[in-house]
Amino acid sequence: MLTKFKRIIGLLLVVPVIATANVSEYQLDNGLKLIVKEDHRAPVVVSQVWYKVGSSYEHNGITGISHVLEHMMFKGTENLGPNEFSQIIAANGGRENAFTGRDYTAYFQTLEKDRLEVSFRLEAERMRKLVIDEAELLKEREVVAEERRMRTEDNPHALVREAFNATAFVNSPYHHPVIGWMSDINHYEATDLRQWYQKWYAPNNATVVIVGDVEPEAVYNLAKKYFGPLKPETTAQLKPQTEVEQRGKRTIEVQAPAELPYMMMGWKVPVVNTVDKEQSWEPYALEMLAGILDGGQSARFSRELVRGDEVAASVGAGYGLFSRLADMFLVVGTPAKGNSIAELQLAVMGQIEKLQTELVSEEELHRIKAQVVANAVYERDSVFYQAMQIGMLETIGLDWKLTDQYVANVQAVTAEQVQAVAKKYFKDKGLTVAELIPMPLDSKRPVASAGARHGR
Amino acid sequence: MDVKLLGVLLSLLLTVSVHASPNIEHWQTENGAKVYFVPAPELAMVDITVAFDAGAARDGKQSGLALLTNAMLNEGAGGLDTDQIAIAFEDVGAQFGNSSQRDMAVVSLRTLTEKEAFTPALAMFTKVLSKPDFPENSFERIKKQMLIGLQAEKQSPSALASRAFYSNVYGEHSYASMPAGNEDSVSTLTLASLKAFYQQYYVAKNAVIVLVGAVTIKEAKRIAEQLSSGLVAGDSAQALTPVTAVSQEKTIIIEHPSSQTHIVMGQVGMNRGDKDYFALYVGNHILGGSGLVSQLSNEVREKRGLSYSVYSYFRPMRELGPYQFGLQTRNDQAEEALNVMKNTLKVFTEKGPTETELVAAKQNITGGFALRLDSNSKIAGYLAMIGFYGLPLDYLDTFKSKVNAITIEQIKDAYSRRVKADKMITVLVGGKAE
Repeated sequence: MLTKFKRIIGLLLVVPVIATANVSEYQLDNGLKLIVKEDHRAPVVVSQVWYKVGSSYEHNGITGISHVLEHMMFKGTENLGPNEFSQIIAANGGRENAFTGRDYTAYFQTLEKDRLEVSFRLEAERMRKLVIDEAELLKEREVVAEERRMRTEDNPHALVREAFNATAFVNSPYHHPVIGWMSDINHYEATDLRQWYQKWYAPNNATVVIVGDVEPEAVYNLAKKYFGPLKPETTAQLKPQTEVEQRGKRTIEVQAPAELPYMMMGWKVPVVNTVDKEQSWEPYALEMLAGILDGGQSARFSRELVRGDEVAASVGAGYGLFSRLADMFLVVGTPAKGNSIAELQLAVMGQIEKLQTELVSEEELHRIKAQVVANAVYERDSVFYQAMQIGMLETIGLDWKLTDQYVANVQAVTAEQVQAVAKKYFKDKGLTVAELIPMPLDSKRPVASAGARHGR
Repeated sequence: MDVKLLGVLLSLLLTVSVHASPNIEHWQTENGAKVYFVPAPELAMVDITVAFDAGAARDGKQSGLALLTNAMLNEGAGGLDTDQIAIAFEDVGAQFGNSSQRDMAVVSLRTLTEKEAFTPALAMFTKVLSKPDFPENSFERIKKQMLIGLQAEKQSPSALASRAFYSNVYGEHSYASMPAGNEDSVSTLTLASLKAFYQQYYVAKNAVIVLVGAVTIKEAKRIAEQLSSGLVAGDSAQALTPVTAVSQEKTIIIEHPSSQTHIVMGQVGMNRGDKDYFALYVGNHILGGSGLVSQLSNEVREKRGLSYSVYSYFRPMRELGPYQFGLQTRNDQAEEALNVMKNTLKVFTEKGPTETELVAAKQNITGGFALRLDSNSKIAGYLAMIGFYGLPLDYLDTFKSKVNAITIEQIKDAYSRRVKADKMITVLVGGKAE
C-alpha cells in the first residue's frame, strides 16, 4: 500500500498547475469586462456574454422573467428583425444559444476564428437596443410555457426538485425555479420585460469571455469598437435576502404520476461566496466530501449502497461550491427493487455518520485528488467549458483565477477537515427531505400533481 | 430582411477560410483490429475508444443482451472485482466508459499520458477488454438495474414514444427493439449467453481502435497491439438483414397522464455511406436540422409558439437508420402542431428549398466545419464513425466540397425517391385535451 501512495503523490506533484499566463483581462471605460483566454489548438473561437442577472434577482410575481427575457433577446432589436440574429450567426457557420441560471444569463456563439467580429457586432446591438414587441412576447410566453411543461410539469423528478427548493429556502430567492412558476409565465407584460432589460442589460453589468485561437489585443480592439460606444446604466443594488436560519428538519411528499420512488435530501451549507474568511477551506472540504461519497465507481455510494448492500438502484451526492448565495449539499436517489425510501435514507444517514465519526482514509483522499488533477487537464479539451468556468465565476462575484486555485485548494483538504464539515453541517436541524409518492400512470392525473393548465 | 441576409451571405462566399482536417493514420494490428490515430500533442492526455460491431442489432431474440454484456466488462476481470477495477482507474484519474447502441458497442478510456497514470490505466483497460470474468453477483445486480430502468421509461412520455416509433418503423428487423431490451427478455438473459456473445463479437477482427492524444505514432502502434493482442482474432460480424421501407401510414396513440403530447413521426431513412447522404443531409438541415433557423422551427415555434423544441434528423446507421421528426405541445394543440409539421414536410418534398435557403445552409455547414473538429473527443468520435462504417479516410477532407456541390434539384430528387410524406409512422403519447 505504501508504495502506491508514493506513486499517487508523485503524480499529483508532477501535473502542472494550469497556467494563467495565456489569459488577458481588460475593462472598457463603460465598465464592460473582457477576459480573453488563448487556446490555439483549433481555428475556432467561443464568444460568451455574461450578465449579472438570473432567477435569484427576481421577486415573486415575476419569477422566470430573466429566462423569458433571454428568449426575447432573439426576437429583434432596433436594427435586427425577429430571429435575424440567429440567421446571421447560422450563415456565418456559427453555433449559438443562451442559458439562464439562478445567478446569471449568458449568450454564446462558437465560430471559426475570423468571424468573431460578427458576434461582437450583434451582441453589442442587443445589449442596448432590444425591442420587446407585444405580439412576439405573447408567442414566446407560449413557447416558455411549453418548455416548462416539458421540463417540469411532466417530469416527476423535476416536480420534486421544485417543491424541495421551495421548502428548503424560505426567503432566499433560490426558493423559486429558474424557469418561473406557470402562473407568472402566463402574466408577463411587455413593460415588465422592458423594465427588466433596462435595469440589467448594460456594459457595466456584463462580462465578455473569449476563448480560442485569437490574439488578445486584436480582440480588445474589436471589443472597444463594438461595445465601447455603449452607455453604462445605473444598476440596482441587490438586497442580501440572506436565508433565515433553519430550525428543524423539514419533510415533504410530492404526489405525481410515476413508476418509481425517488427522494432528495439537502443540508444547508456555505459556498465560497458566503463562507467566513477563517473558514475559507470549508467549501473545498465539502467538495471533497462529495467526492468521497460519489466521486466515481470506487466511491462509497457506488461501492457500499449500489453494490455492497444493494439498497440503492441509483444514488448521488451533489455540491456546487460556486454560487452567489448559500446553497445545499444534496443527496438524491431511487431505492433498489424491494427496498423502501426509508431504507435508502437510513443507509445514506449511515454513510453520513461514518464521515462524522471516522476519518476518511488517506487512500480515498488521494484518489479524489488524483481525479481533480486529471479533470483539470481533461476540461481543457473543450473551449466552451473553459469559457463557462471563467464567465460563471466572474458573474457570481468571484475572481476567474479561482479556476486555477481550485486544484490546489482541493489538494490542501485534510481528513480532519472532511470530518469537521461533516459534523458541523450534516445535522437534522438544517435538513430538508422530499419524497416522490408515485401515483398511477394509467388513471386520471391526480388533483395534487401541480398540473397547471392555462387556456388563452 | 431576405435581401439584407442574402447580401451578408454573398459577401461571405468570398471570405471562406480553408482549414486542413486532421491527418488520420490508419493501420491494422497483427490479429486484425483496425486502428485510426490522430496525434494531439497539446494536452497531456489521450482518448482511446474501442468500438465493436456488437450492438443491439446482434441481440437476436435476446433483447438487451448486447447492452448487458457491455455493462459487465468492468464488473470483474482477470480475477479482480468491480471495486478493484474502479480503484485502479480512479487512483490515477483515468476515466473508463462503456456504452452500447444498436450498431456499436463501445469501451473507452481517457487518461493522462504521464507514465505513472498511463501505464496502470492502460493495463487495467486491456484486462477489462480481454479478460472479463462475468461475475454472477454483478450479473444479477445489473439485470435488476436494467429492469428499474425499463420501469423508469414508463414515466417518460418521450421514452415511450421512442420505443413505439422504432417498433413500428422496423417491424421484424433487429433495429425494432430497444438496446435496453424489455422486461420479458431481460429477465430471461443468462450468463452463458453473455459469455457466448462476448466470445463471438468482442474479437480483434470485429474491432475498431481509435486513439487521439499526446502520443507518438510509435507509441500508438504499441498501445493498439497491446489492446488487440489480448483479444481472439475471431471474425467480423456477419452482415445485417437489409431494412425494408414502411409500406403503410400508421398512427399509434398511447395515453399518458402528461400535460403535453409528445409526437414522434418518421420512417426509414438512410445508412452510413448512402449515395444520397449529402443531398438528404443538406435538405434536412434546411427542413429541420438547423435548430432555431430551420423551416420546422420557423413554422412551429417562431410563427405559432406551439412547441419549445421541434426537429427532424436522419440517423444514418449500418443499415437504413430512421428519419425522425418530433415536437412536444400542450395536449389540446397536438393535432394542430402535427398538421403544421406534416404540411411543412409535404411542401418541402414538393418544392424543395429556395436558392437563398440552400446558400444559407451551405454557409452554415461549411463555415462551421472547424467546430466539428475542435476537441480531441470530437475527433475521436469522427474516427470511430469512419472506422466502424468503413468510410473513406478522406471523408473529412472532402466533406465541405461535397456539401457545396449539392443542388436544389438533387435535394428534390433525393426527397422524392427516399421520403414518403404520405407513409409516415406517427406516435402520439399524451393526455386528452381538457
